Amino acid sequence: MSSIMKFAPIALKNFFSKPVTVKYPAEPIIYPEGSRGHVVIDSEQCISCGMCQRVCPTGAITVDREAKTWTINRFDCLACAYCVLKCPKKCLEIKEGYQAPGKTKYSETCTKEPEEKIEPEEKKEEN
Amino acid sequence: MGKRSIIPYGPQHPVLPEPIHLDLVVEDERIIEAIPSIGFVHRGLESLITKKDYNAMVYVVERTCGICSFMHGMTYCEGIEQIMNIEVPGRAMYLRTIWGEMSRIHSHLLWLGLLADGYGFESLFYQTWRIREKVLDIFEATTGGRVIFSVNKVGGCIRDMNQDKLNMILRELDDIEKKVKEIQKTFLFDYSVQSRLKGIGILTKEQVHDLSCVGPFARASGLDMDMRYLGKDAYKDLEFHAITSNDGDCYARCEVRVREIFQSIDLIREAIGKIPDGEIDAPVKGLPNGETFMRVEQPRGEAIYYIKTSGKAFVDRLRIRTPTFANLPGLCETLKGANLADVGLLVLSIDPCISCTER
Amino acid sequence: MVDIKNPVESCEVIEAKDLLVKVLEKKKEGLRLSQICAAYTDGKYELSYSFENEENFDFVTLRVYLELEEEIPSVSEILPHAVFYENEMKELYGVNIKMINLDFENKLYRIKTKTPLLPPEERKRIEDARKSIAEAEGGIKEED
Repeated sequence: MSSIMKFAPIALKNFFSKPVTVKYPAEPIIYPEGSRGHVVIDSEQCISCGMCQRVCPTGAITVDREAKTWTINRFDCLACAYCVLKCPKKCLEIKEGYQAPGKTKYSETCTKEPEEKIEPEEKKEEN
Repeated sequence: MGKRSIIPYGPQHPVLPEPIHLDLVVEDERIIEAIPSIGFVHRGLESLITKKDYNAMVYVVERTCGICSFMHGMTYCEGIEQIMNIEVPGRAMYLRTIWGEMSRIHSHLLWLGLLADGYGFESLFYQTWRIREKVLDIFEATTGGRVIFSVNKVGGCIRDMNQDKLNMILRELDDIEKKVKEIQKTFLFDYSVQSRLKGIGILTKEQVHDLSCVGPFARASGLDMDMRYLGKDAYKDLEFHAITSNDGDCYARCEVRVREIFQSIDLIREAIGKIPDGEIDAPVKGLPNGETFMRVEQPRGEAIYYIKTSGKAFVDRLRIRTPTFANLPGLCETLKGANLADVGLLVLSIDPCISCTER
Repeated sequence: MVDIKNPVESCEVIEAKDLLVKVLEKKKEGLRLSQICAAYTDGKYELSYSFENEENFDFVTLRVYLELEEEIPSVSEILPHAVFYENEMKELYGVNIKMINLDFENKLYRIKTKTPLLPPEERKRIEDARKSIAEAEGGIKEED
């Protein structure tokens, strides 16, 4: 059986209601809990074993054992959370919020504070 | 007798979601023969097995396709688990079934939107994808990602869903079912839609057997073949019969997929009612040694994985036979004798996922 | 409840010269072709031709072990839709298949490297062998 204008009721209802889309970036996006966006590290617990560097599928993480630094290339990271699963000290965590677009790719480095002196932690950004 | 000419179709065409090229031999607006040509998105994923060990390959295999990505990861994990004789706990099997059936709803809704765009009905395309956004919100709340989930691992699942999340899924599914019932009246009973879909691209049951077609494309011609009958995961406890039709034209393929959406919603409700408590992963010891053929029903049809290992951390050979690769000869057969104006709809009716086909 | 099927999976090793007869037997029994794939271990190719039963989902595989330069006939006259699988095997692994119905001549995927899935030392050995055979044939023609 067939008849005409089956879509008309839906079209009329949409004509009189407000739009469904969100006016991003004027209105902020609310991500649900547990969404995978970017990786953060707790540098106190890190022992520089290099496990995250070995398992990363794209090779975005670099670990320097002597200098005790942890570098991640934010634009190569897929947010798959495999490093979070494999870290033996559980110092990596995945948080919501995606990487904002930019003109050049850059890496972020986190350094573990040395044990003798007490000074604030440094965070360097290299272009 | 008219003169024959060759018309190239694709790889860039407004109707196609992914690039495929067809050379059509045409005589006076009727097509005599079609020769396909693929190879525009070949990435060589099967050669990555020399660089990543068998655990990290799950993340590579998931990215074969953006629409059926969960089922690819699940098939690979099940293949390795069969080689190593790992027993997956009951709760993990039910979680995989729930996510797999929601992945099927998502894929069919995406296809219905593309079909509406194929015959020019853009408003219907937008309304269908508006319903699909609700499914993507469920995925982000339960797995963390909208398109690529990364919840499978060898031995079980990584994330669990507590009872609050399961109740949330049931509420959203009621809403989705109501909206799809409104939309299906236009897809199945509207006069202008029916006059474009009925009676074109007919395949009989014998032709489907000779050309080895799979999935809803074959079930619309009367063949009762669905890999969910094998009873893996949670399907052995659920009430399930494959949906078939006897007409074999484009309208029948549309009808089979719309009814499969409602069937998947019922299967998810039944699985959430019967899910057992317990662990979600099993410990994995040692390295895989052996070979297997693993068959799973993905949204587009039956996929076969051939995995060959020999006691090392790296897999020896991984071969993915995707459902669209098996349906390409069926497409060339339906194009014989068709009008030139119907080519777009016929190509869409096999549900082409060319990035799966070429990997 | 769903009526669960318990299929039987089996693998049969055959010789390259029996291939066409066995494939014709499977076709006459009513099985459908599922897939054809190739693998490489220890200097030999392993080809697998898989067939499936539509009623009880049995899965039968025919396994052929081939030397690297051995010829094997194509099954595309019996099963016309096997052309895609055989062209893929020829392009990715360099298997020497003769008389395919629709031969894409290494342009199915249009990859820059020839036979990318073989290890590099085997690839070089096969190319040198094929070049020397072509030169020998060219030399004999000139003598005539």
